[in-house]
Amino acid sequence: MSTDTLATAASTGAAGADAVVELEDVVRVYPGHPPVRALRGLSLRIDRGELVGIVGPSGAGKSTLLHILGTLDQADSGTVHIDGHDVGAMNDRQLSALRAHRIGFVFQQFFLNPGVSALDNVADGLLYTGAPLARRRRRARTTLERVGLGNRMHHRTNELSGGQRQRVAVARAVAGRPSMLLADEPTGALDSASGAGVLDLLHELHSAGTTVVVITPDHDVADSLPRQVHILDGRIEHDERRTR
Amino acid sequence: MTGPKPNGRAGAPTPSRLRPRDVLRVAASGLRARPLRAVLSALGIAVGIAAMVAVVGISASSREEVTEQLEALGTNLLTVAPGQTLGGQQATLPEGSVDMVARVGPVTSVSAVGEVDASVYRSAEIEETHTNGLTVLATRTDLLDTVGGTVSSGRWLDDALAGYPTVVLGANAAERLGVSRTDGTVSVWLGDEWFTVVGTLDPVPLAPELDSAVLIGWPAAMEVLGFDGAPTTIYERSPESAVAAVRDVLPATVNPSSPEEVTVSRPSDALAAQAATDETLTTLLLALGGVALLVGGIGVANTMVIAVLERRSEIGLRRALGATRAHVRRQFLGESVLLAGLGGVGGAVLGGGLTAAFASTRGWPLALPAWVLAAAAGATIVVGALAGAYPAARAARMSPTTALSAP
Ligand SMILES: Nc1ncnc2c1ncn2[C@@H]1O[C@H](COP(=O)(O)OP(=O)(O)O)[C@@H](O)[C@H]1O
Ligand SMILES: [Mg+2]
Repeated sequence: MSTDTLATAASTGAAGADAVVELEDVVRVYPGHPPVRALRGLSLRIDRGELVGIVGPSGAGKSTLLHILGTLDQADSGTVHIDGHDVGAMNDRQLSALRAHRIGFVFQQFFLNPGVSALDNVADGLLYTGAPLARRRRRARTTLERVGLGNRMHHRTNELSGGQRQRVAVARAVAGRPSMLLADEPTGALDSASGAGVLDLLHELHSAGTTVVVITPDHDVADSLPRQVHILDGRIEHDERRTR
Repeated sequence: MTGPKPNGRAGAPTPSRLRPRDVLRVAASGLRARPLRAVLSALGIAVGIAAMVAVVGISASSREEVTEQLEALGTNLLTVAPGQTLGGQQATLPEGSVDMVARVGPVTSVSAVGEVDASVYRSAEIEETHTNGLTVLATRTDLLDTVGGTVSSGRWLDDALAGYPTVVLGANAAERLGVSRTDGTVSVWLGDEWFTVVGTLDPVPLAPELDSAVLIGWPAAMEVLGFDGAPTTIYERSPESAVAAVRDVLPATVNPSSPEEVTVSRPSDALAAQAATDETLTTLLLALGGVALLVGGIGVANTMVIAVLERRSEIGLRRALGATRAHVRRQFLGESVLLAGLGGVGGAVLGGGLTAAFASTRGWPLALPAWVLAAAAGATIVVGALAGAYPAARAARMSPTTALSAP
């Protein structure tokens, strides 16, 4: 792969001392009849180490935004810099490299492999880094211990509760120590107690230095976060920081 | 333009990478998730490969059998028979022709039979018109050594027996007449007289005409049945190196005045040719096996297309974990090749087993050329790759977000 391109992409990034995310005037239109303007000129900067909540009603464009932050989707116009790289100038291999090493995802539906152990699910988070299996499992073990599932490692994920499953998914996302963890309604499928547990885990990861972006439709949840970005109709309605 | 940003981890991330061993692991785990489906779709391939391996194996074993047989029988036997006269009538061999053949330098042994105009029956009561396709041959006592025949039961004609009304039956003749006892208690009605059965023969591969013949001594044929003493087939052996030369001189030796009325043939050629005609059938069966393999391949392709549709969210997840399009393609291609390979191994084992079983029931040597197994392995890899190409490309082309939003 052309690492030159990546280096160039990194160096031409808009200035920003320690930005993990820099969006400028991002537009995303889903083609169709009529086309859906999911993001309508959205600008956002997230610094290293932040814990950000994306809040807004259903259909506001939150998931679309998260996909663009995670380089799973591309903006139709505007510029996107993730971890210093100009995403618009990168090819599939370079974007995949970014996802493999710098971005962790957590989804509402967990997306775990039910047939294998929690340990192997987490180890698969490192599959595309090219690390050998033994090292992937070693890292998975320490990460599972970190999320409080040290005693469930060898259970299949269909033997775990919803809250435990989402913890496994979080462990998979952070096993590779990404620059940024993206979570799309991670508590959406959980009861409030398990949801609170997963949220606590995100807070812990944040305290330990991980940049976390979490989508939540729940204002109470959002209120517990140090920064809330409110989205409505593909635009930022307001962006508030709580000072502790 | 500023230099690289002072981000903690700026700079190019290491490319994502899926180790070859992990391609195999991922492909295998995909199959393990639905074992029944994997087995069923591998079965189609297995049937095709088994058919092809068995067809080639069985025909190779049969050819090996012929080769071994020819080695044991020798390929140096020539037969001399009368052809047709210029006028289109059945020619005859001169009476002294056997001795003339014996005088040819390289000839090591020579013998002859002469067809006798008589019919043979199990009893005297059977009507004369009820023929049974058996020929009566006046036979020199040295015939058996020359043609490489063996006695199945009883004894062969010797100089003493040759003058009496005794018979030795060819293998088919014994069966058709229903004779199994050769202790002198069974007789057959031949011409106008009872002939005692003194022996039966095993089938004679180089002279199959003897199998359906009833053999009597030369003197007995002349005295009892009025045989004219003219040989109808002369059998001759010479060293392998001299066969061609002997073949060339035989017609003129046997019938100096009209050599064109003499037909010389080499029975081992007929045996080899028979093995060769089997190849047409082999090719046909092989083509059928190929069709089965093709159908199996379509089954694998179908399974893979369904797998890709069902596993969209898995594909989306893998892309989120850092899989490139190429990694996704490799995963599904690997799964397809593995699936076909599974069928290939199963089919090779099955085909080998069929070959062994068939060969052993026939008493043939087992011959399964290594190239067959190599070709089977190659065929399954090709079929798997072809079957998986489209579904894998489709999986790779899928956009990660569409894949993730799949129900
Ligand atoms: N793949 C798609 N094709 C067409 N429209 C889409 C697609 N994905 C999302 N949308 C539309 O874009 C808008 C924003 O969707 P989304 O980002 O999922 O919102 P949220 O996550 O805030 O609920 C919605 O109106 C949705 O219907
Ligand atoms: Mg959403």
